[in-house]
Amino acid sequence: MADQRVIVIGGGLAGLAATMKIAELGTKVLLISFQPVKRSHSVCAQGGINGAVNIKGEGDSPEIHFYDTVKGGDFLANQPLCKDMCYHAPFVIYLLDRLGVPFNRTPEGNLDFRRFGGTLHHRTAFAGATTGQQLLYALDEQVRRFETQGLVEKMEWHEYLGAVLDSEGRCVGATINNLRTGEIRAERGDAVILATGGPGLVYGRSTNSMVCTGTATTSAYLQGAKYGNAEFIQIHPSAIPGRDKLRLMSESARGEGGRVWVPKNPGDERKPRDVPEDERFYFLEEKYPRFGNLVPRDVGAREIYDICINQKLGVHGEMKVYLDLTHKSREFLDDRLGGILEIYEKFTGVDPREEPMEIFPAVHYSMGGIWTDYESTDDGFINHQSPRNQMTSIPGLYAAGEADYQYHGANRLGANSLLSCIYTGLMMGPGVNNYLKNLPEAASQLPSSVFENDEKRWKERFSDISSMKGSENPYALHSELAEAMISNVLIVRENDKLQSTLDVIEDIESRWKDIECVDTQDWSNPVPSFVNQLWNMIQLSKIITMGALKRDEFRGSHYKPEFDLNQPDDFDPADYLEYEEQKANGGVHKDQFAPSHVDYMERFEKNNEDWLKSSIATYNNGKPAVDFESVDTSLIAPRPRKYD
Amino acid sequence: MLKFKIKRQDSKDAAPYWEDFTVPYKSNSNVISCLMDIQANPVNSKGEKVSPVVWDCSCLEEVCGSCTMVINGQVRQSCSALVDKLEEPIRLEPMTKFPVVRDLAVDRSRMFDALKKVQAWVPADGYHDLGPGERISPEHQHVAYKLSECMTCGCCVEACPQYSKNNDFLGAAAMNQARLFNMHPTGKNLRNERLNVLMQKGGISDCGNAQNCVEACPKSIPLTESIADLGKQVSKQFWNNLFSS
Repeated sequence: MADQRVIVIGGGLAGLAATMKIAELGTKVLLISFQPVKRSHSVCAQGGINGAVNIKGEGDSPEIHFYDTVKGGDFLANQPLCKDMCYHAPFVIYLLDRLGVPFNRTPEGNLDFRRFGGTLHHRTAFAGATTGQQLLYALDEQVRRFETQGLVEKMEWHEYLGAVLDSEGRCVGATINNLRTGEIRAERGDAVILATGGPGLVYGRSTNSMVCTGTATTSAYLQGAKYGNAEFIQIHPSAIPGRDKLRLMSESARGEGGRVWVPKNPGDERKPRDVPEDERFYFLEEKYPRFGNLVPRDVGAREIYDICINQKLGVHGEMKVYLDLTHKSREFLDDRLGGILEIYEKFTGVDPREEPMEIFPAVHYSMGGIWTDYESTDDGFINHQSPRNQMTSIPGLYAAGEADYQYHGANRLGANSLLSCIYTGLMMGPGVNNYLKNLPEAASQLPSSVFENDEKRWKERFSDISSMKGSENPYALHSELAEAMISNVLIVRENDKLQSTLDVIEDIESRWKDIECVDTQDWSNPVPSFVNQLWNMIQLSKIITMGALKRDEFRGSHYKPEFDLNQPDDFDPADYLEYEEQKANGGVHKDQFAPSHVDYMERFEKNNEDWLKSSIATYNNGKPAVDFESVDTSLIAPRPRKYD
Repeated sequence: MLKFKIKRQDSKDAAPYWEDFTVPYKSNSNVISCLMDIQANPVNSKGEKVSPVVWDCSCLEEVCGSCTMVINGQVRQSCSALVDKLEEPIRLEPMTKFPVVRDLAVDRSRMFDALKKVQAWVPADGYHDLGPGERISPEHQHVAYKLSECMTCGCCVEACPQYSKNNDFLGAAAMNQARLFNMHPTGKNLRNERLNVLMQKGGISDCGNAQNCVEACPKSIPLTESIADLGKQVSKQFWNNLFSS
């Protein structure tokens, strides 16, 4: 079909991977980004990208990677996608290697791999400690190459406002706000891909970049797209406190041998290096002898919370613990972690090669996102030709990367995000292309009224915002929203607090109407755009909180102490598989298990029946609703997680 | 209280003006957190309500390059500019080598265009499975990684006496990328094309060897070394071209 094109929103890893793959297939791409794509949030990823290449001869394999990923996500991810991703991971890393990413090398010149959380294998390829930046640059360069060939057109400093839907509800374009001129225009596109990242700014200060408001995906949700697993927000165990943002201290610091500890005596005010070894509490190593400092992030963040809040052992009595690399040589640290150690030193004035770092948990990643579809094959992989892959519940509107809800279940493993972004971007290309081929008519041939209506709607919306003359400063109101979310929808969740948070959000929503648009200039005015983003952040915070309120269980990053099943210390997850097998074969021999274990397994089973489901938020008639749908667990049987 | 003097400009062609702001002192502040305070309470030192200061920023951990500006006369990222280490009043100005968009935000598209000119990419055959790339020694990786940390922030060209709004000098950042790709096992397949671009006007001969770039680079990229290395490659290419024509 003549004159077709795909619109990609967002120039991070997922958006760039999708752009270059679709361009490679010969289809034109319009790439739209809030800022120059080279500055996208993917640059903040530090530690590396996972792929079971087994360079160290440890017997690692894509199947083990698949298992670690599903277990890390507490079995909430749809498994065929995870399987396909993990089996393609070595290819993704090899491709990046070919594209010039300066990955660290072994003495023989092979790609080097480091340890990361939630696995016992060296599976993470890395370029110093700025791997995300290096991967993004490689893809940015490929897209620039297509730009010079005319296959890709970039519109930077433009913001996606919403999808243009035809009379049948099919996405046929996107309405775009020019952040310089303030002009609002609908762009025609036969498919639109949202690769717009996560919503960290809903929590105000997080490890996310300032552009990560989740506005684009929320806009899709407000237009009727399903939003999955909103309540699953990853808290990274190690960040550096800051007034403007919480800077990430990569998990790779622990992957390279970093040890987490606190002084055994509360209120110990000695300098960390003056605290003798026997007065240090290496609480992760003690509690989790197998995974040690490399437990998955949800476990790590909860343990730090427990040490600091419940046991009151936090450094200086605060929510902080030491992350110690001082036993490693300067040369080793500079080679493998240089970038992040320099950042720590620049922002705190302390050299982490000499003094243990002070770190604390911070909002980092959204496992949830826009609901997306897929088509699996009989052997549990993904049919890469299917137009259904990564399509949202709005036909023609796709999502990829952190913006979607797949791949990571209830908790993402470190270094799987770079993988999922690039994998989805590349994987979806052929399917999107096939979707274009099967369309009855090209978007370029549709009557202009379809686009003009949408343009008009958004122009009115922005004109209304620009003339707001109330009493609330939008940035101050945003801080209040963030405060409510940080206080109550974080590591530990309690129903009464979640309920009261919903009330606070409702209040903020009504006060939003009393905002003053503090900048009234037409040219390059970021305020109307921010006021619109704030509205979307309010809507998103509602479904994050509602999902958390509704989900009465403890799964992955969603921890409700009230519903903790309290796994017995001496429980072996293999027993649960045996229990399930016996049950399937006619009856459980309860005398083979300890009574407390039988009781636990019964509760675990019942809990999965009730809650091993994706939460699905929808927006109907101006109101959010949260429902649940089943998860494909056909490949690896769900079982209790254990890391000690 | 912290005193700020901010050079403002309402639009591309408007005349710039200085405006003073006073921000309550809070520990651990950087220039960005103070600009955020101004956003939340956009009032200048005279007590007049004004529009919030416009500036670009994204990652806030000095890895995206976005928030570059001139702070107390020195070009740098504003995220890593801790106010405790800055002399007051803290003067914020937009970079001078690029067109101002508004206030502290500038248009650096010339830098990205330069990356197109030097073809800063690997000419990959395709994105299908062709197996791993070539083996590379750790020593080679060390050099390449350092060069590859460039975030196109613009500090090098801001500090460069040769780079101006009135010429078309490619600048240190783009030349450094040319060196990076010329040393890559397959990136070097475009070596001749890159060197021919660097031989032209705006190329290597426009470098005046002031060495300001390497001083200004926040990532300590050996820019002068890259330019010297490229200079040698260009000379060789020049003679090759001469004898093969």
